[in-house]
Amino acid sequence: MTKIMGYADRLSLQPGETVGIMASVIGADRFRAEIVRLLNPNAGMGASDYREAAIETPANGTYKGREQKIHAGSFGVVPEKWALKSIESFTLQAYVWPTTPKKGPQALLGTWAEPGTGFGLALDAKGAAEVRIGGFKLTSGVPMLERRWYLVAASFDAKSGQVRLWQEPIYDKTFHAERPVFVEGSAKTSASDRGAPFLFAAWRAGEARAPTLWGHLLTAGHFNGRIDRPRLARVALDRAQIQALTSGMLPSGVEEEVLGVWDFSKDISSERIADLSPNRLDGQVVNLPTRAVPGHNWTGAEMNWTKAPEQYGAIHFHDDDISDAKWQPDFSFTVPANATSGFYAAKLTADEAYFYVPFFVRPTRGTAKAKIAFLASTATYTVYANNRGRFAGMRTELYQGRLSMMDAVDILQFEYPEMGVSTYDRHADGSGVSISSRLRPVTNWKPHGRLWNYCCDLFIVDWLEHTGLGYDVITDHDLHAEGQDLLRPYNVVITGSHPEYWSLEMLDALDGYQRQGGRHIYMGGNGFYWRIAFHPTDSNIIEVRRSEDGVRAWDARVGEYYHQFTGEYGGLWRRQGRAPQVATGVGFISQGFDASSYYRRTEQSRDPRVNFMFEGIKDEILGNFGVLQGGAAGLEIDCADFALGTPPHALIVAKSENHSNTYILVAEEINIGHGALDAVQNAAIHADLTFFETPNGGAVFSTGSIAYAGSLPINGFDNNIAKLTTNILKRFVDDTPFPMPK
Amino acid sequence: MFKIDPSRFDVAREFKAKPFGEHSPELQYVLNYMRSRQTPDFHVLVMTEPGKRWVLAHMPTGGGVPKLTNRTFDKLEDAEWHVFKLRWKDITGQDLPID
Repeated sequence: MTKIMGYADRLSLQPGETVGIMASVIGADRFRAEIVRLLNPNAGMGASDYREAAIETPANGTYKGREQKIHAGSFGVVPEKWALKSIESFTLQAYVWPTTPKKGPQALLGTWAEPGTGFGLALDAKGAAEVRIGGFKLTSGVPMLERRWYLVAASFDAKSGQVRLWQEPIYDKTFHAERPVFVEGSAKTSASDRGAPFLFAAWRAGEARAPTLWGHLLTAGHFNGRIDRPRLARVALDRAQIQALTSGMLPSGVEEEVLGVWDFSKDISSERIADLSPNRLDGQVVNLPTRAVPGHNWTGAEMNWTKAPEQYGAIHFHDDDISDAKWQPDFSFTVPANATSGFYAAKLTADEAYFYVPFFVRPTRGTAKAKIAFLASTATYTVYANNRGRFAGMRTELYQGRLSMMDAVDILQFEYPEMGVSTYDRHADGSGVSISSRLRPVTNWKPHGRLWNYCCDLFIVDWLEHTGLGYDVITDHDLHAEGQDLLRPYNVVITGSHPEYWSLEMLDALDGYQRQGGRHIYMGGNGFYWRIAFHPTDSNIIEVRRSEDGVRAWDARVGEYYHQFTGEYGGLWRRQGRAPQVATGVGFISQGFDASSYYRRTEQSRDPRVNFMFEGIKDEILGNFGVLQGGAAGLEIDCADFALGTPPHALIVAKSENHSNTYILVAEEINIGHGALDAVQNAAIHADLTFFETPNGGAVFSTGSIAYAGSLPINGFDNNIAKLTTNILKRFVDDTPFPMPK
Repeated sequence: MFKIDPSRFDVAREFKAKPFGEHSPELQYVLNYMRSRQTPDFHVLVMTEPGKRWVLAHMPTGGGVPKLTNRTFDKLEDAEWHVFKLRWKDITGQDLPID
């Protein structure tokens, strides 16, 4: 069966800019591409009939198809340098922390390459330390344990042929029966492999015809786990000299024989790896392994890697890390000067297979074509990219209260697991995924399939199209880069159905906009929740450390709460003095996915300050209908909390009620567990429709529900949710200032 | 520890009548039990027409490619009931005598 997938080299484009589209086709030699502007989700019953606007462009057409591979798995690499050329005898050593010692042979460090050249330290098939010299192997014979630090060292004297190997567990206050292991042997072989790079956590496996992330290098034997303080010498050191070298001291008498003294605690926010020896065998990491993690000497006394980098000298490599598929472009699209801002995609088809490659068209920087901006939650889309954990077991059904659902495009990520996973997943070794890149095919940014995030935001696009008021689309990535200036031209900024992930820069920009008279409609639930860090030089890559608390797919290990990209503390904004209630009046209280409910108007909805909202609405019950599980209040819901920052003058104009058993109180609200945590028993679980004025004539309206957007199109937008929201939008577009209540 | 009482057809009928939304405590216990089990694979739905048609599939626990069955549904409620009956039989060893 034919398969097609792809991605774009850019996310947000201005008129006149060009995006390159990369595609991989399996089972067909040609594919068709069409550039389209998306107008609504393909959501079936109750929703608008699916439509997309075809864009006339020379980019539309039929192209030659070819398969493009993805090379997953992180590693470190030092390019071939003079100092690496003349090695005959050697010592290799490092502290290692294996996480899947039984998965099969894995590389630690060295020049060793398939089928058997160079030299290296590795794990054998059973997880025991092994030294490899050409075709020679010597193993400790004792499997290492998972998630335990060891000093592993090996030496080879080319003259005598003597090979020695040490595997020594490091004291860490746990109780175990392990003892240091020392073995020796004799080898008549050569370590020499001229012109070879020196690798960490992988070995060389030939070269690819197409470029890879490091030249054309192909790798195999990817190690899962941590490496700390790797060293290389061109003589066979004795045990005492090895010990001296672990601390970075050059052993007396053989100083000039030490070639590499790598310190992974340097340049943690970058992809550089530093050699502190005079040889400067500096290198880089590939496919973004996790840094800023405790090393072999972490005491637990310091949680912040920026304060004690010497205890954070480890890099955690994963065989499923992926930072960039590095495909070659198949065609490009230049945004016409008069292009309408919006959600765009390159729609790729081959035989029956199809794949939407999303990107966005925004107005030219510093200009606006409308008074309304829709802020696409591209940071959140990135964090969710290729969410595979949803299908790892029945747990998803347990908390969602319904069978898990996928479509043909979702299945691609199981057929091609090298596409990588999301920060909702765990790596193959069980560690949480903290880094997500957009530079790979992504199966869940599409106008079809499970109605979530990107797909749900298209309900809002559909409604905006219906209002005819005109809107621009801007993105989180633009906001992070440009700050408040991006928002200033607009009377109204609408955030999406689930704007969950925010950088400090994004949050400050929104705060500044709100304080200068901007109007904000928060059309979603569980927004403004997690802090994120953008990669220092590539905004396509985002990091999230799930520290402390919150509803989360995995929890960061203790000592790993600070982002590697920025050094900022990770976790909920609520834990960092900026609860969502501050910016929007509401914050996350519960989630459930079996059924959505409705809102009931409150007495505060009669306040003259909000008369404009209810013009033409006589109903007391709002949103007892919707595409998203049958109601406007549901999926993930937020409520006001004055203690957490809901403005004292906020009006709660409607409250949801009658949620089901699957709606459970969020973890951050539970200090002592008890039996009344679901919505049937716990009245705290509800969504609040909330309004408040802001300085300089601004205002905020929040729906506090992801499902809200799915109620807009019901009955051709002739319903009380669409009416209410349109009333609010029209008033928010109006220049007349909102007075702060006295 | 809770176990499903195979004589409680009333609980099964409650699920059939309303698979989504508020359930009685007894039904919620049954659903939590069914959905908490460790099994080699589990049921998922593969949507073949947006919002209109779904195929029942077996998903390997821990990852893998779903295996599609030839059972299709045009209502999600029907899919939930079908899987509920399969699980009831699997757990209790008894068929549910309810269509």
